Amino acid sequence: MENGKATRMAIIAAHGTLDMAYPPLILATAAAAMDMEVTIFFTFYGLEILKKGKNEHLQVAPLGNPAMPAVVGDMHVPNIVGVLPGMTAMATSMMHEWMKRANVASIPELLDAARELGVKLVACQMTMDVLGVKKEELIEGLEIGGAATFIDFASENAITLAF
Amino acid sequence: MDIKADQVLDCSGLSCPMPIIKTKKAIDALQIGQVLEMIATDPGSKSDMDAWTKKTGHQLLDSQEAGGKFMFFIQKAK
Repeated sequence: MENGKATRMAIIAAHGTLDMAYPPLILATAAAAMDMEVTIFFTFYGLEILKKGKNEHLQVAPLGNPAMPAVVGDMHVPNIVGVLPGMTAMATSMMHEWMKRANVASIPELLDAARELGVKLVACQMTMDVLGVKKEELIEGLEIGGAATFIDFASENAITLAF
Repeated sequence: MDIKADQVLDCSGLSCPMPIIKTKKAIDALQIGQVLEMIATDPGSKSDMDAWTKKTGHQLLDSQEAGGKFMFFIQKAK
């Protein structure tokens, strides 16, 4: 520990929706830019974030996500409407639009920045086995590991975050 | 305060966390003692640059605000 301060950030990314892919990548790249040592452990649906060619098409579902603003013109759309076909695609394109308007980096851009800054990206071996994900489906520059890999890293001076 | 920057980095229009990522890369490329001027339009960059310099040990010599832009003068300390 450096003067009692954390020198590492250990992050678990367990969700594969567009809205849940952003926070771990933003915090990881920011921490790495602040000279911290960072590991993100991608487990369960978090693996979607690492899938080559697919991670630029992550979706966000309005259903069961009442915090997501759902307004068409001046009309507020009830959350249950999210069950209708096409609503997930609509919410996804809405969120892409907001992100573009605010000039927020895309998921692949943040992954590139993370690797460039030396963030360690770890894909969960067990999840790969359970979901039948092959190493070739994932982006380059990853490590594959298990819970112990993450815990070993997180056990020393780390801020630990789970998404 | 009149500070001469050795390099200027324009992060206008970029959102968090890109300004600090680009600032880190730019500072890495400078020599100790050289000064980077970073320009941003993200209002969050004000507190972020305070935090970034505090955490990394580089020195925030001055920060200015004019016409919706924020200017930060950072001296590489190590």
